[in-house]
Amino acid sequence: MAVAVPSAVRASTAGEPGGRPSRRRRALGIGIVLLGVLVAWELAKWLGGDPWRIHATIGGVPIDYEHVPPLHWRIADDLSLPHVWDVVRAFVDPAQRNGAPLGVVLFGQAMFTLREALTGFVLGALLGLGLGILFVHSRLAERSLVPYVVASQTVPILAIAPLVAVAVKADWLSVMFVTAYLTFFPVTIASLRGLRAADARAFELFRSYAATRRTTLWRLRLPSSVPYLFSALKVAAAASVIGAIIGEQAAGVGAGLGSAIITYNQYYITAPERLWATIVMCTVVGLTFVGLITLVERLFMRGRYRPPEVAR
Amino acid sequence: MTADAGRPASEPTSDAAVVELSGVAKTFGAGPDSTTALTGIDLAVRSREFVSLIGPSGCGKSTLLRLVADLIAPTTGEVRVNGKTARQARLDRDYGMVFQAPVLMDWRTVATNIELPLEIMGYDKAERKRRSADLLRLVELEGFAERHPWQLSGGMQQRVAIARAIAFDPKILLMDEPFGALDEMTRERMNVEVMRIWQETGTTVLFVTHSIPEAVFLSSRVVVMSARPGRISRVIDVDLPRPRTIETRESEAYFHLVTEVREALRQREGQPVGPDDRDPTSTDRIRAEGYA
Amino acid sequence: MTASAADRSSAASRWAAGADWLPPAVLFVVVLLGWEVSLLVLGVQSFLLPRPTTIASSLIDEWPTLAKGIVFTATEAIGGLVVGVTIGTLTGIAAARWATARESLVPVAVAASTIPIIAFAPITINWFGPESVLPRITIVAVMTFFPVLVNTIRGLTEVSPSSLELMRSYASTDTQTLRALRIPNALPYWFTALRIATTLSVIGAVVGEFFGGPLYSLGIYITLETGHSRYPTAWAAIVLACMLGIVLYLLVVVVERLALPWLTAREMAAER
Repeated sequence: MAVAVPSAVRASTAGEPGGRPSRRRRALGIGIVLLGVLVAWELAKWLGGDPWRIHATIGGVPIDYEHVPPLHWRIADDLSLPHVWDVVRAFVDPAQRNGAPLGVVLFGQAMFTLREALTGFVLGALLGLGLGILFVHSRLAERSLVPYVVASQTVPILAIAPLVAVAVKADWLSVMFVTAYLTFFPVTIASLRGLRAADARAFELFRSYAATRRTTLWRLRLPSSVPYLFSALKVAAAASVIGAIIGEQAAGVGAGLGSAIITYNQYYITAPERLWATIVMCTVVGLTFVGLITLVERLFMRGRYRPPEVAR
Repeated sequence: MTADAGRPASEPTSDAAVVELSGVAKTFGAGPDSTTALTGIDLAVRSREFVSLIGPSGCGKSTLLRLVADLIAPTTGEVRVNGKTARQARLDRDYGMVFQAPVLMDWRTVATNIELPLEIMGYDKAERKRRSADLLRLVELEGFAERHPWQLSGGMQQRVAIARAIAFDPKILLMDEPFGALDEMTRERMNVEVMRIWQETGTTVLFVTHSIPEAVFLSSRVVVMSARPGRISRVIDVDLPRPRTIETRESEAYFHLVTEVREALRQREGQPVGPDDRDPTSTDRIRAEGYA
Repeated sequence: MTASAADRSSAASRWAAGADWLPPAVLFVVVLLGWEVSLLVLGVQSFLLPRPTTIASSLIDEWPTLAKGIVFTATEAIGGLVVGVTIGTLTGIAAARWATARESLVPVAVAASTIPIIAFAPITINWFGPESVLPRITIVAVMTFFPVLVNTIRGLTEVSPSSLELMRSYASTDTQTLRALRIPNALPYWFTALRIATTLSVIGAVVGEFFGGPLYSLGIYITLETGHSRYPTAWAAIVLACMLGIVLYLLVVVVERLALPWLTAREMAAER
């Protein structure tokens, strides 16, 4: 007999407005917020930044304009907060004398970091799913190990990155280790829930078929865990990019965005916009990776039901 | 809780219309995507009546109830409750509502769930406690005051929801398939319980159901509705004597009325409008629905 | 109808039975002992992975420095946490009231939480100077802001439509609906965010220090000791950082259990 559990009500009484916003609306929202950030940025500079002056002839009209901000904030001066256009220009300007533009250099570094993140991500995701599968099949393993899986996340692995780098010698390996460490956790937790998410009656059905554990895993547990896994993979993707960037720095890898941050941080006094450009690139890499996972998710989830509690 | 248990056994209705719908229609959406949920609804429910709304899925019976409750507004026509607009009646807290799901708050105990409307309506704490204790006795859940909803079975949860609905002595009780999710045994027991509460409290009940036996057993009148677009196709008076008991369900008159309601429902099915309705065994389908 | 679902053991008796903590506790002791004994027996040079006792003794030896470090780093983590959680919650409450605001804000916040905010650490150090706690507080606040914002909005708005209808049928005011329905509904979401935020806060504080900070701060200390191959002391600092993370996390768990006893009880009932 199916007893009506209050929390199950949530799913069955849908139909009122308040569902997911449309894609266009979401894109619009992101656009507006991005624009808002840029406006706030320049407004801060306008009010409290360094003075600047335009002295040029545009279309035959001589322009001579000087802006002296009424206030002076240390946080808004050109060293702390370069102009938006300076950051944009930094991408186009050559990174070194007569070299390729910084944007191209950073793109190369970004690809390097993305590759590292991806390897660690794949490794961590497999490990995470493997642990999840182990835990749903062994109560003892679950009882004794899950607390450690949770505790493992309170260990600031990024803080240990320097030591990991020394421990595993090969720097790429240490980056992969750190990345995988950051990736596996969300996947384990999600697969713990997802592999058990199928309806109790479905499990009984499989039992009535005398299905083996393996069949139940492949035909019931894994398919029903897909939405849970993807929501974890997105979190993991974001974490893996951070892991790669910090891991690179700790391991002293000579390439990638992590090392680019170190490099341009050293030149910050002379060219702050380059560090800003690098950070913008980090942001782009993070969003791209998560975006890629979202795309794969869409392919997988086409026409499938998405449990409302997954979003949590 | 008023204690006017001394309710006469005969149909104790008066002529004053408590709920009155005239020329009501409800259309959801606009343009080509719009659906007409209800059209040309005229219905008057007298004081202390027990009126059931029955019909196939999509006939708009829940919509009708929500119009009375002012949870949604009609597209055309007028809904009057206790001689006021539906909105005013809601603001005056003239009705209590029971949904298909119990809609209990997990973080509250059984007792404080029942006290929720009283808190909102500003009853003092002692009064709230007194009423929830009374109501728990009425729905026979005395020992469960400090439990939480998830610790109760589906039937018990729905009894809590009923107690909550009548906690502030509303003159009208609106029930939207309250026992739809319960098994047949529990459902029959709940039917008896609802009837007892109705008689003890002297409220007017508007009751939406899928179940023909339930509708006939409980009601003074059964309003049969048909779908696409939703409208009232027949109103059947149920003149079974009260108090009704288990024996009522075995009487000839009861069977006769059940058949009459079923026929009324099937008549509308005769016109093929959807793939479902072309099913030659539609009687069985309705019967199955009735026992869902 | 029996009250079988109500038949549950209390948290206290479960604790006494050791169902929750015994297996991991046993494992902890076994691993620690195995680590210590195997290194002792095999005579392995305690180079990268020193014996637990070695780490413990360097923790004691270096305590004056480490104590300063943990206080500094904890200040950053907790300070950033308080700022981020407060602003995130308030923004969430404000945004939840306006449909347009939350519909555009939630996707942005979700996207923003995938940004490697830690990459901004060098910038904040350039803003406030390495010796100050402010660079890390800023980083931690921004890192924790987004998950708290998203969960606050979700908790306040992902209320079952039937419950809203129920409140409407009582003609309850917005404030009453907020207090009786939306806030209790949001609390579990909010605590989930808080748990995420505590782990983020320690990471943010320590990693933020990598880019510059006082010599005794845990991040710098770990880097320096590792660089000089003084692994026992590096490990001692790492253990402290881990403890900070675990203590903060457990604190949230305890507060959550006290604040939402019904949630814990329901989860235990569901576990059966």
